[in-house]
Amino acid sequence: MTQPPSPLSSVVLRFAGDSGDGMQLTGERFTTESAVFGNDLATLPDFPAEIRAPAGTLGGVSAFQVQISDHDITSAGDTPDVLIAMNPAGLRANVAQLERGATIIVNVDAFDERALAKAGYLENPLADGSLSAFSVFEVPMTSLTTAASEEVGVKPRDAERSKNFFALGLVCWLYSRPIENITAWIDKRFAKNDLVRQANYRAFRAGYDFGETSEAFAVRYEIAPAPFAPGEYANITGNTALAWGLVAIAQRSNLPLFLGSYPITPASDILHELSKHKRFGVRTFQAEDEIAAAASAIGAAYAGSLAVTTTSGPGLDLKSEAIGLAVALELPMIIVDVQRGGPSTGLPTKVEQTDLLHALYGRHGESPVPVLAPATPGDCFDTAIEAARIAVKYRTPVIVLSDAYLANGTEPWPIPDPLSIDPIDPDFASGPNATDAEGNPAFWPYLRNPETLARPWAVPGVAGLEHRIGGLEKADKTGAVAYDGKNHEVMTHLRADKVAGVVADIPDVVVDDPSGAARLLVVTWGGTYGPVAAGVRRARARSVNVAHVHLRHLNPLPANLGEILSSYSTVISPELNLGQLASVLRSRYLVDVKTVSKVQGAPFRAAEIDAAIEEYR
Amino acid sequence: MSTPVQLTTRKDWVSDQEVRWCPGCGDYSILAAVQMLMPELNVNREDTVFVSGIGCAARFPYYMNTYGVHTIHGRAPAIATGLAVSRPDLHVVVISGDGDALSIGGNHLIHALRRNVNITILLFNNRIYGLTKGQYSPTSERGKVTKSTPAGSLEAPFDPVSVALGAEATFVARTHDMDRAHMQETIRRAWAHEGAALVEIYQNCNVFNDGAFTDITSRTSRDDMLIDLHHGEPIRFGAQKQFGVFRHLDGSVYTDTITLDNEASMVVHDESAPDPSGAFALSRLTRSDHEPTPVGVFRNVQRPEYGDLLNGQIVDSQERDGLGDLAALFRGNGSWTVSA
Repeated sequence: MTQPPSPLSSVVLRFAGDSGDGMQLTGERFTTESAVFGNDLATLPDFPAEIRAPAGTLGGVSAFQVQISDHDITSAGDTPDVLIAMNPAGLRANVAQLERGATIIVNVDAFDERALAKAGYLENPLADGSLSAFSVFEVPMTSLTTAASEEVGVKPRDAERSKNFFALGLVCWLYSRPIENITAWIDKRFAKNDLVRQANYRAFRAGYDFGETSEAFAVRYEIAPAPFAPGEYANITGNTALAWGLVAIAQRSNLPLFLGSYPITPASDILHELSKHKRFGVRTFQAEDEIAAAASAIGAAYAGSLAVTTTSGPGLDLKSEAIGLAVALELPMIIVDVQRGGPSTGLPTKVEQTDLLHALYGRHGESPVPVLAPATPGDCFDTAIEAARIAVKYRTPVIVLSDAYLANGTEPWPIPDPLSIDPIDPDFASGPNATDAEGNPAFWPYLRNPETLARPWAVPGVAGLEHRIGGLEKADKTGAVAYDGKNHEVMTHLRADKVAGVVADIPDVVVDDPSGAARLLVVTWGGTYGPVAAGVRRARARSVNVAHVHLRHLNPLPANLGEILSSYSTVISPELNLGQLASVLRSRYLVDVKTVSKVQGAPFRAAEIDAAIEEYR
Repeated sequence: MSTPVQLTTRKDWVSDQEVRWCPGCGDYSILAAVQMLMPELNVNREDTVFVSGIGCAARFPYYMNTYGVHTIHGRAPAIATGLAVSRPDLHVVVISGDGDALSIGGNHLIHALRRNVNITILLFNNRIYGLTKGQYSPTSERGKVTKSTPAGSLEAPFDPVSVALGAEATFVARTHDMDRAHMQETIRRAWAHEGAALVEIYQNCNVFNDGAFTDITSRTSRDDMLIDLHHGEPIRFGAQKQFGVFRHLDGSVYTDTITLDNEASMVVHDESAPDPSGAFALSRLTRSDHEPTPVGVFRNVQRPEYGDLLNGQIVDSQERDGLGDLAALFRGNGSWTVSA
């Protein structure tokens, strides 16, 4: 087939199969190739909490969605244009999301009676006409894969396991991806096992060649590169970006980085990533529990490290007491919460934004902490750096609210020049700062910087600064244990004022309102930025005037936010919770913020936002 | 940090804070023993950190003129772990009690011991909750009548030494608040140990559990009731050293009067035995506060220290692959260039 590929501006692909079928790997590889090709893209991995859920069942379906485009996009797309279903369960779990006219590519070999029954099909959907609204391509992926790799001596049972590479090859052909990088990657990745390497390579080629020669596919597509600013880019997940941001700011500031963590989905990859970077002097400590993870970070902060603890919702519950101690000790520390569905174990692999109120208020006593939330996977890098700046400058724990969507999703990330990252000056205390009653030099651990209200960071090892701190209330300035009520009131206000004062370092938010005539404002925070921005664009494409403001800073809130909120007649807050930000904004600004809620363990769709805009405009 | 060690006296180690334990509390004698010992330990005040959790004992750091952190209930070993691995140049001492270390903080205690983190843990055991005014603790004897157990405690107590040995701690010892010299000698040895060292200190709470250890630690009963362990020596005790410790065939130990017949079979204490079973058997010798009780060093073995291992991996990686380079890190997973 020599027909030139037809141009497409964007496409949404969804790979779906059993959780052991390698769908994540396949999706990631296709994404990487598209990134290198120059497309803009966004991804949405979607997998079950079980490592190997019962094969062939709906519960065991693992999927990976990616949108690639020739223009700037902000989400992984609402509904797949193309569904690649490796088995009946993969089809059944996703077909309801497809719109009329979508393409379905199925591994027809997997549609036997047993597999159909496992997926809950009474009739074969390929035969009963139920898919008539779609273009269905039945490809015998298993048998073609087995045939291709049998030649190199792979047993049929093992050969079958390469069928995801067949699918990858086929899709690469269909969307005119260059294949040199993928074949090189296969060689490298499977270098240790030549038989597996050859099997995967042959399966990949067989898929690609099938597209080329079978004439099953009448059209081949091409998505031109998107107009990116010149420079170097990497495809990056939120978890990796967050880890690299921490490494970068620690390295630039010449502070040792310490991570105390306990494995928990979907935050563990930050621990994994940081554990690799011993060359940067990063100390990672897999603690016995979430509490010890946070506690060890406090010890490391006291020792003079840039101290971090990472977790997800249930872990944040357990860390609350330690965070309260860090508030009292006034030591710099970063707590990363990669949010997932709750309460309790909830939906461990699915996205939700339900920890905002916990981050803001989830400690006993008046216990304020700055809270930040990254907007996109790449923004996790900058947010980690900003969290470190605030933590060190103000000597305070800072909570970063990422989420499962950002953690595993990817986007092209402009690689920064390391030298462009300004170092943090830890400004360690080096000598006495007061005089005691007898006129001798003394060190007062709670004598504050009048501008920031930050107390000195005095690390052990410096003679003359020996001092005792702790969870008991401290006397203003001297830091001696103090039970006096008046002093407690002074200290409570000082801690609150210090955190409120972080607003001085927070830029005003900028409203995205191209028409200047919008009466409706959409306010978002954290990982919903991309999908909601896509919805706002969709509304604007219908000539609806709508403004959008996105918050990265949840505490303190940007100084100009109140004025912005009150200048629109209607304000809506789409959130993956029951209205947590809306409740904060209502109480703070007395503005009647309406909640657009979704708690389905999935990001918003642009269409849902568009519909909400239509409802409220 | 590497400044020469200054000559100090006891008063250099005393902070300006008013000590607020109940009059007559055993904590005073422990504090005095430590403050008097510090000038002999060849360490500067600024390189010493006392870390505590919650409880009466946990106020200890406020009274030491060193660096100190009074933290949250049970978590001191975890906080001390983050501190000790980040700063191998420091001497980190954890001050804890029976509730703090063995109830709410039991998990952190066993894992700090298992990892062999370079910290010295002083566990003040008074077999009662003092700061909350007199509830039974995990070391209280079964049947103990307290405010929360008016009909008697139902629980079998922990023996802190047994727990530590079960966690394969590399240094485990016991001493008591009635004998300053013994306390100081035991703590001195714990301080010198590389890795995690646990010292249980029998401590009298004269308000809520007065006399808990009187039967074994009082001057009149001490000779017959305390079995002082000495490495390499047969374990004998009593005013005339007339009693000895012997081993049953199943490995457990018992006390008996020494005779010509059994003298040769007395247990010889080996604190450096690689297997903790012998030390564990000694820790099970006593089932109440009214029987002869071993004190001194139960176990003292060498095992790589956790912080050394952790920092060693960093040094190895840097020596093998060079120092980290951010520009290379950012390109490590593949990158592409968009030209102008």
